[in-house]
Amino acid sequence: MSIDTVTAASATPDTAQPFAELGLKADEYQSIREILDRRPTSSELAMYSVMWSEHCSYKSSKVHLRQFGDKVPKNDSMLVGIGENAGVVDIGHGWAVTFKVESHNHPSYVEPYQGAATGIGGIVRDIISMGARPVAVMDPLRFGDPENPDTRRVLTGIVSGIGGYGNCLGLPNIGGEIVFDPSYQGNPLVNALCVGTMKHKDIHLAKASGIGNAVILYGARTGGDGIGGVSILASETFDADGPAKRPSVQVGDPFMEKLLIECTLEVLHAGLVEGIQDLGGAGISCATSELASNGEGGMHVWLDRVLLRDSTLSPEEILMSESQERMCAVVEPGKIDAFMAVCQKWDVEAVVIGEVNNSGRLTVQWHGQEIVNVPPRSVAHDGPVYERPFARPDWMDIRQASGPESLARPTTAAQVRQTWLTMTGTPNLASKSWVTSQFDRYVMGNTVLAQPEDSGMIRVDEATGLGVAISTDCNARFAALDPYKGAQLAFAESYRNVAVTGAAPLAVTNCLNFGSPEDPAVMWQFEQAVTGLADACLEMGTPVTGGNVSFYNQTGDVAIHPTPVIGVLGVIDDVERRTPMAWKKDGELIYLLGTTRDELAGSEWAHAIHKHLGGLPPVLDLSAERTLAEILVAGSRDGFFSAAHDVSDGGIAQTLIEMAMRSGIGARVAVPAELDAFVFLWSESATRAVVAVSPNRNDEFLAMCAAKSFPVTEIGVVDSSSSSVELNGVFGETISLNIEELRSISEATLPRLFG
Amino acid sequence: MATVVVNVALKPEILDPQGRAVSGALGRLGLTGITDVRQGKQFVLTLDGEVDSAKQTEIEKIAETLLSNPVIEDFTIEIYP
Amino acid sequence: MTSRVGVVTFPGSLDDKDAARAIRIAGGLAVPLWHADADLHSVDAIVLPGGFSYGDYLRCGAIAKFAPVMEKLVDAANGGMPILGICNGFQILTESHLLPGALTRNDHLHFICRDQKLRIENNTSAWTGDFEIGQEILIPLKNGEGGYVADEKTLDELEAEGRVIARYLDLNPNGSRRDIAGITNARGNVVGIMPHPEHAVEKLTGPTTDGLGFFTSLLKSLVNDGAISV
Repeated sequence: MSIDTVTAASATPDTAQPFAELGLKADEYQSIREILDRRPTSSELAMYSVMWSEHCSYKSSKVHLRQFGDKVPKNDSMLVGIGENAGVVDIGHGWAVTFKVESHNHPSYVEPYQGAATGIGGIVRDIISMGARPVAVMDPLRFGDPENPDTRRVLTGIVSGIGGYGNCLGLPNIGGEIVFDPSYQGNPLVNALCVGTMKHKDIHLAKASGIGNAVILYGARTGGDGIGGVSILASETFDADGPAKRPSVQVGDPFMEKLLIECTLEVLHAGLVEGIQDLGGAGISCATSELASNGEGGMHVWLDRVLLRDSTLSPEEILMSESQERMCAVVEPGKIDAFMAVCQKWDVEAVVIGEVNNSGRLTVQWHGQEIVNVPPRSVAHDGPVYERPFARPDWMDIRQASGPESLARPTTAAQVRQTWLTMTGTPNLASKSWVTSQFDRYVMGNTVLAQPEDSGMIRVDEATGLGVAISTDCNARFAALDPYKGAQLAFAESYRNVAVTGAAPLAVTNCLNFGSPEDPAVMWQFEQAVTGLADACLEMGTPVTGGNVSFYNQTGDVAIHPTPVIGVLGVIDDVERRTPMAWKKDGELIYLLGTTRDELAGSEWAHAIHKHLGGLPPVLDLSAERTLAEILVAGSRDGFFSAAHDVSDGGIAQTLIEMAMRSGIGARVAVPAELDAFVFLWSESATRAVVAVSPNRNDEFLAMCAAKSFPVTEIGVVDSSSSSVELNGVFGETISLNIEELRSISEATLPRLFG
Repeated sequence: MATVVVNVALKPEILDPQGRAVSGALGRLGLTGITDVRQGKQFVLTLDGEVDSAKQTEIEKIAETLLSNPVIEDFTIEIYP
Repeated sequence: MTSRVGVVTFPGSLDDKDAARAIRIAGGLAVPLWHADADLHSVDAIVLPGGFSYGDYLRCGAIAKFAPVMEKLVDAANGGMPILGICNGFQILTESHLLPGALTRNDHLHFICRDQKLRIENNTSAWTGDFEIGQEILIPLKNGEGGYVADEKTLDELEAEGRVIARYLDLNPNGSRRDIAGITNARGNVVGIMPHPEHAVEKLTGPTTDGLGFFTSLLKSLVNDGAISV
């Protein structure tokens, strides 16, 4: 078969090309013709098709994501802002941290194990390409109805994949979420977060500078994995017949990735690279075009030098392949031997595939013939930008008007007690330890807090105790009720989860999971969520450092709930003084910080007991949220708290039993006089936390709350003689729940469903 | 050119949880009459030239020291042609 | 003079730095040993750390046993040098035949990470001298292939000779025969243990500091054996 060269393309303008099968629209194809002033070669078509896919180009989201840059709050800690592989934040003492969350949703429905495994692989490579050593991972996961047999297929595969890959890589899994909702039945969400640390001087960017520098491809060999994964899998919806798109899923090798991490860090620390880029979605097409765009502007590639696992691959396939565990480095000619020696030490294959120049073009040769000659920016950065129509759908009025007011509530102590036991075992609130015990949390020896604590906390510097805390959160039901507020509430929850452990929130990442951007209602949800998040970040002074958009999460016409997962990273000067969630001693006073209102719309209670979703999400006062965080961080620093836990899904009822189960010590609690017992227990009002205060620090703590005019209510006391959580003031009676009984209910749910 | 197939299986007295899991799955899929499943490994070695008795001895040694763990596994060798 | 304790890094080793930290905290000098380097660099003892050497491909520890450093290690072990194999290290020791038996896939087929209670049953090995017989400790366990197996004759021998150094309590997390969590050789210098003492050496990051005993035991045994002049 003859190769489609640039020369041939110029000479045959009317050849029909399969742009639609590759995921390109007719007008996009026309744009390519205009950019090149001829028809593209089949290799060029392949490159544009993957790089202009929704997943890679962000064409539907760019116009809205701009807000993160426009509304960026002034923050001296930002060393690398939005636009690079991952954002980098200064945390003091010469240390910097990089973190990002990404999605691997569609592959995880098709092949759950490999989809989840390669999701971790991809985000880890993003982190090392910034020059950081990855130090922890977290996985926000969302599945369909837990009783549906397909949920079992998907969940068990994904959990095995995360463990299989992450454990072998040696990265502690320190947090994440597991959420069940029918809205995710055909579209599970697998978001993967990674955090890495480095010294300031180690920060590296993805650029190819220095004319004559070599472009080296190293890592695993290139095969036929995942060809078109970004264009076909991630940028289209599934049809109702389910996962037919099997061949596009990539297969991961965590051992190779571990070698890649060590090899990459060694070449970086030895000063052997000028620029570095990982190969993720769109493989070589992406790495070469991005490196070329960011540097001197030109690069030449000899594609036949790429080491192949499958010698039958065509150049188009090589350009589109998403084989895992590959990186690209730009190396000065004089340092190539030293670079190769490090690769050899780690048994990592490497080959020079290209050279940096100032031609302003990305050219690719295949056995002496030119098959690609394009302006790199047109591929990597100047792709199509859509202004998709968006409009608030009419059904939002109905949804917001159908609140939970008329849902039957418990009105006796016995009913409250029974509801409490039922809620304890409901899948969204039940213990996730059946899943999390399949992940290594100890490796690297720096994990200070891990699930079920509110945030994952890692010690960064053994000498000083400097550490970081991360949380990921999203209540998608709130976002379904009001995407603007929902995104802000997700951010507030993550911000609060970081602060409650004693770390000061510093920066934000996000993974925006939505339905089809071709649906104006979905596009409206997206626009609202992005705006809400950008506004909140500006007000709170925490910039968005980067993130990921996943569109097309829908089956047929039915989109998932808008699910903007927000990750917040915070800093703590000394991890020794962190605040865990388990109270410790008899006599500690239990306080509720914040205000509880009758806000049950979108709550877990409404979902679990009544399968109801309607009304307006809880109100959010961002400045109050900020004050709460200040109290939590200052109180941690000054040693007021023996324990602190945020209030979110399942309300105070869930917060109290989680603290009790974690500590194994009982408590006597009373419903505040002004509140109805049911509202006290299950309302999901925002901006609240429960803390346990040592009696001798009590006055100082209350004085601090008063000075900040922040509402605080004493609700109980820790009682070590009790093995129960006792609640007074429940419709005139006292109810009691035995901690071990709660524990067995909570821990039974997931093994029963998936074990 | 020759092909050597080395089949490695857990010794009968060793617990095989993977085989047991497969057996359970077969049952759930409605297949009756299968009383046991054992899961093993197969190595397919491609060699230049032919396999004379010296080569065969070499391969047996490899099977015993690398491809299998004699404490818990047995192996068989098939040579083609 | 501070004892030199080598920690071997294979491609895929994960807990080598944690083993080094534990040695340091116990008062020793951790000496990194590279798998491809057939030189023990005058160490007094060696730790084979946890992880997934060679990705656990073929069988856990099966490829690592052929590494250049291992030949020297086997000789040293046969000469009495204290060797501690943790998790993947234990797997390498059984593959190398420095310890009897083998480690197989967890019976429930899942990887499990949990804080595991153990009972120490031997305090004459080089790595357990600081414990009392019957002492209960709590250290992390994290593995997918931790089921210890051996034939009945070998198991009876281990029991009879008091060579089971630790046994699982409360819960057998992986199907190990006779709840065996760790064993030693006849001489008492080579110990293999499935759970991870190196993850229980700091209150900040571990469930307890019970793991430190393995390393302090080693340092004391080196002094006592005259290997080090104080």
